Parts: sequence; C-alpha cells; structure tokens
Amino acid sequence: MSAIIDSPRQPQQRASKGRVNWEKWGWIYMRASGVLLIILIFGHLFVNLVQGDGIKAIDFAFVAGKYASPFWQVWDVVMLWLAMIHGSNGMRTIVNDYASNPLVRRILLGALFVAAVVLIVLGTLVVFTFDPCSTLIPADQALSFCPAP
Amino acid sequence: MPNEAVSTLATARSSSKRPAGTLYRGNTGMWSWVLHRITGVAIYFFLLVHVLDTAMIRVSPGAYDAVMSTYKNPLMGLGETALVIAIMFHAFNGLRIILIDFWSKGAKYQRLMFWIVIALWVIGTAGFAPIHLHNVFTEPH
Ligand code: HEM
Ligand code: HEM
Repeated sequence: MSAIIDSPRQPQQRASKGRVNWEKWGWIYMRASGVLLIILIFGHLFVNLVQGDGIKAIDFAFVAGKYASPFWQVWDVVMLWLAMIHGSNGMRTIVNDYASNPLVRRILLGALFVAAVVLIVLGTLVVFTFDPCSTLIPADQALSFCPAP
Repeated sequence: MPNEAVSTLATARSSSKRPAGTLYRGNTGMWSWVLHRITGVAIYFFLLVHVLDTAMIRVSPGAYDAVMSTYKNPLMGLGETALVIAIMFHAFNGLRIILIDFWSKGAKYQRLMFWIVIALWVIGTAGFAPIHLHNVFTEPH
C-alpha cells in the first residue's frame, strides 16, 4: 500500500529539448479558463435565471432574441469551448487518478475526447447556423416577426 | 482557529498520535478538494446534456420548448438550484486554488481563504436560491 512519492521540491525532469510540455500548459489552461469562466457562467446564469421571470421566461423566442445579437453568439461559443475543454481536461485528471486498468483508462479517455469534439462542433454550428425564421420551421410554430412564407 | 496553517508540510507538534493535516490531507484542504472534484464532475455531465438540449433550437421551436418545459417543473427546479450552488462552490474554490498557486502568500492563507470561500458560497446561495425557487414555484405574471 505504501507508495513512494517524490519530495515536493524534487525538480521536475526537464522535457527533452524542443518538446512541448503539455501537462504544464494544461495546468495553466485550467487556471486561465477558470478565471474567464467565472465571468461567462455567472453572466449566463444571471441573464437566464435571475433577471425577469428567470427559467419561466426561457423558450424558443427568448433564445432567438439573444442570438439576434453577435454579442451573445460569441459569448456562448467562447463559454462552450472554454467550459468543454476545461471540464474534459479535469475529467481526464480524474480518470488518470482512478482507472488503474490500462485498457479501461484508454477507453474512458477516448470517450472524453470524442464527447468533447462532437459537442464543441455541434454547439458551435448550432449558434452560428441558427435562423429563427428558417423555412424549415412549421408555419404554426413560426415567430410572429418572421415574414410569412 | 487552532493549528493555523504555518507550513504546507505536516508538523507533528501536537501530542496526538494522529498526524496533523497538511495542505492536502485531512481538514479543510482535503474537503475542499473532495468538493471541488465532485462539483466539477457534476457540472461536466450537466454541460453534456445542456449542449444537446440547446441544440433543439436547430430542430424546431416546438422541440426546444418541449425540452425547456421539463426544466420548468418543480423537481428540475430543485436540481437547477443544486447545480448553481455546486457551480458557486467550484468557482470560488477555483479562485482559491489559483491564489494558492500564484499569490506569494497563498499557501499561508489557504485555510483562511477556505472560510472566505464558504462565506461567499453561503451569501451567494442566500441571494440566488430564493429568487430561483420563487420563479419555479409561482406562476409568471
Ligand atoms: C439551469 C441553469 C441554466 C439554464 C437555465 C441555461 C439556459 C441556457 C439557454 C436558454 C441557452 C440558449 C442560449 C442563451 O440563452 O445563451 C443556453 C446556452 C448555453 N449554456 Fe446554459 N443554462 C444554464 C446553465 C449553464 C451552465 C452551468 C453552463 C456552463 C457550464 C452553461 C453553458 C451554456 C453554453 C456553452 C451554451 C451554448 C450552447 C451551444 O453553443 O449550443 N449553461 N443555456
Ligand atoms: C466557474 C469557473 C470555474 C473555475 C474558476 C474553475 C477552476 C478550476 C480549477 C482551478 C481547477 C483545478 C485544476 C488543477 O488542479 O489543475 C478545476 C478543476 C476542475 N474543473 Fe473547474 N472551474 C470552473 C468551471 C468549471 C466547469 C464549468 C466545469 C465543467 C464543465 C469544471 C470542471 C472541472 C473538473 C472536472 C476539474 C477537475 C477536478 C479534479 O481534478 O479534482 N470546472 N477547476
């Protein structure tokens, strides 16, 4: 049960010349993205849950109103990328801590990676291809300000 | 507070057989880590679902309004309250971690900062929960 861990002041083995130290950049990323996410997520929660009628006011028209402005489009996409990568990288640390079987570990890390790529691509496309007056929308669901087809 | 953090390493000054806590083991350092980990995982799984439910705006207004209506029922309302409370802990404690790492006096004040995190967390919850629960449990006007 007893494992020998390095002294906290043990100098880290230098990465061989010209190699990028990904662990270090991941560590820095967790902190930099964390600071930005506080502003982005608290702003998101304030506008969507606290202002006005909060959760009861959220529907298709509410989102159409927000995404009419590039400000909220960029806000959401930056939040999406930062949070997905921060969360996935944090989950990677946790998988590395607990998954002792190498095969299980590789499967879990692969799943985290695939989920992150799929959701980042999907979320980005959703925001930038969103059209509240799309002709694909059934007429009885169309918003009142959309031109009649 | 007894045993004010003077050092981040274990110091066996007390006569107790139990080793004193360190920045990481036992006491506030460990519990803040456990909570940070649990809240991080919870927010991660929420985000996976949340990107998918938001994607319904690309399907049709009816599809989006249908998923959003599930977010408006009382049980989900309690879940959203818990989610926001979890995010507040993760965010404030995240700032504490960042200060421990980058501020020269961070490790010295980590225990004090933990209690500041708890205080901000309680204040934030007291500010948010009544507003959200009111929205969830009453009809909009
Ligand atoms: C219960 C609490 C929440 C509610 C009711 C909510 C509601 C919404 C709504 C209505 C949208 C559509 C666009 C907009 O309003 O900006 C949205 C998008 C988004 N939300 Fe939330 N949100 C919540 C919590 C969160 C949290 C905690 C995060 C971050 C971890 C988050 C991240 C996002 C992202 C990244 C998008 C954009 C999705 C995309 O790109 O397709 N939300 N949210
Ligand atoms: C609100 C702003 C946030 C701040 C300030 C923040 C800060 C941090 C910090 C400083 C760490 C420690 C990284 C390390 O030890 O190297 C961390 C870990 C983590 N974060 Fe966040 N974070 C935030 C939002 C989020 C969100 C939105 C998610 C989920 C999508 C998330 C999921 C995680 C996970 C899973 C970990 C790993 C926990 C562990 O290793 O025990 N965080 N966060």
